[in-house]
Amino acid sequence: MNPNATVQVPLYRLAHGRTGDKGNRSNISVIAYHPALWPVVEQQVTAERVAVHFAARAPSHVERYVLAQLQALNFVLDEMLEGGVNSALNLDTHGKALAFDLLQMEIDLPTDLLIHCKGPQEP
Amino acid sequence: MATSTTDFPSTRWPPGPAPSTPRGALLVGCGAGFSGDRCDAARPVVDALMAAHEPAVLIFETLAERTLALAQLARERDPAAGYEPLLADLLRPVLADCLAHGIRIVSNFGAANPAGAAACIAALAAELGLREPRMALVQGDDLRGDEHRAALQQACGADWPAARVVSANAYIGAQPIAQALLEGAEIVIAGRVADPALVLGPAAAWHGWPWDDWDLLARGTMAGHLLECGSQVSGGYFADPGYKDVPDLAHVGFPIARIEADGQCTIGKPANTGGLINAQTVKEQLLYEVHDPAAYLTPDVVADISAATVTEVGPNQVRLGGVRGHARPSHLKVNVCSERGWLAEAEISYAGAHALARAQLARQVIATRLAGQGTLRCDFIGVTSVLGDDQSQWLEKLPTAAHAARDVRVRWAWEQPTARAAEVLLREVNALYTCGPGGGGGVRTQLRSRLSTVSCLIAQDLVECGWRWWRAAGEGA
Repeated sequence: MNPNATVQVPLYRLAHGRTGDKGNRSNISVIAYHPALWPVVEQQVTAERVAVHFAARAPSHVERYVLAQLQALNFVLDEMLEGGVNSALNLDTHGKALAFDLLQMEIDLPTDLLIHCKGPQEP
Repeated sequence: MATSTTDFPSTRWPPGPAPSTPRGALLVGCGAGFSGDRCDAARPVVDALMAAHEPAVLIFETLAERTLALAQLARERDPAAGYEPLLADLLRPVLADCLAHGIRIVSNFGAANPAGAAACIAALAAELGLREPRMALVQGDDLRGDEHRAALQQACGADWPAARVVSANAYIGAQPIAQALLEGAEIVIAGRVADPALVLGPAAAWHGWPWDDWDLLARGTMAGHLLECGSQVSGGYFADPGYKDVPDLAHVGFPIARIEADGQCTIGKPANTGGLINAQTVKEQLLYEVHDPAAYLTPDVVADISAATVTEVGPNQVRLGGVRGHARPSHLKVNVCSERGWLAEAEISYAGAHALARAQLARQVIATRLAGQGTLRCDFIGVTSVLGDDQSQWLEKLPTAAHAARDVRVRWAWEQPTARAAEVLLREVNALYTCGPGGGGGVRTQLRSRLSTVSCLIAQDLVECGWRWWRAAGEGA
């Protein structure tokens, strides 16, 4: 097997997360399921990619915090909720679904790490 | 600050100075994580606390950002109301055992009317044939009065609302809670306090933590952070079938924290309940509503979880370690809620052949009818809804021709300054029954008033926090 081979998998196979909201600001955690997957998550789920992912919401700023001990990232997205729970017209005014939206992001995964991923083993 | 003596039967927590030798652990169970949480959740928690034969506290967190403004509006309509509407239902299953076993109850279920909540509990105790509990009311958070107006206006600056202010409350800290417990309160009733203070107050009181030992205060705060949303740390709000499976979610057990004298905390849950506590559930909740992990701001301390560790120490047992603290902020966060316009929402379904094309036509009809009257949001539930945006950029990009949706619910949302103006949307969508595309059905409409919230910071020394005994002001006489 080519040691450099990669396969594209959705982030939800590598990580889980939850959205929180305060006012018009959203925070999304992205937590690696396995220590072997953490470096891939840390390297590829960047603030820039998260900003692109949520471009339709036009967050004014995306900050990424790295929690190495927890093998977790915490993203803070400003002006993300179209005014927040009191003023958005969205059904999900809290933005509760946003973490599961982000988990659809595609990741280039070294093939030998597939065994640590959640979900069906065939790519 | 009230300094009443305690002429009630003694309980397990002797009032007095800090213990000279470290005390054993304090157990803190959570019975509710928001206003509207399950009323049968506390019972298994209290059973576990009773079985443990250790000093114990039961908290109920029932006050989200918006809940207090709604409570203030309820109190305007009925001066006896304005506290947690489900209060009696939450306490009825557990009040007798908590009083009999010395399990202190600490909660923000006082909302806009802590004295009203105490009256409700006194009535419940009488109904159950119990003696009246010794109840303390936390005060100082409510800044709605005229005497605070100038300071708040200055703090909010340009954000100060033009509309009528409904509520203005500071997030106050844990010290009044701790003091009330040390004076012998069996039930501490707060309005707006920082959510983790419901746990930090009892932990600091029991262990005699100094109010400037930042590491200890931060550890008690993060224990509170893990507990404050109820089952969100114990398997609730977590399950993703096939990826994150949770046993018996229908009977999810609510969390119990075991807090040691050095602030280390272990999260567990009652035996014979559903749910799950592992490193994953605890990490999700640890980061929930956190911004900078090195600076989680509370009235009592700046907690730092940048080096926090989460360790599975047994089945459904996770220990939180590595929490540090920094000096408390000089200012308190204040939420000012004011009246806002009216939100109209209306829905109709198109299903079967060409459902999406008919839904698109309905959208165009309503957009034409209401053109130029503010932002009109439209969702195609079943195709795109919550992931879309208020400006419909997402929806515009939808490849309608290729989309094979066969069951689409169209939903509009529209805000207007008055109810009368907002009702126009409801009538227009209703008229789609006869004037819209073919086959639309199941119209539902809803109209409700909205609130607006702005946050500002106000110096801690401008807010007089404290507590007093229920009946000290002649209530219920």
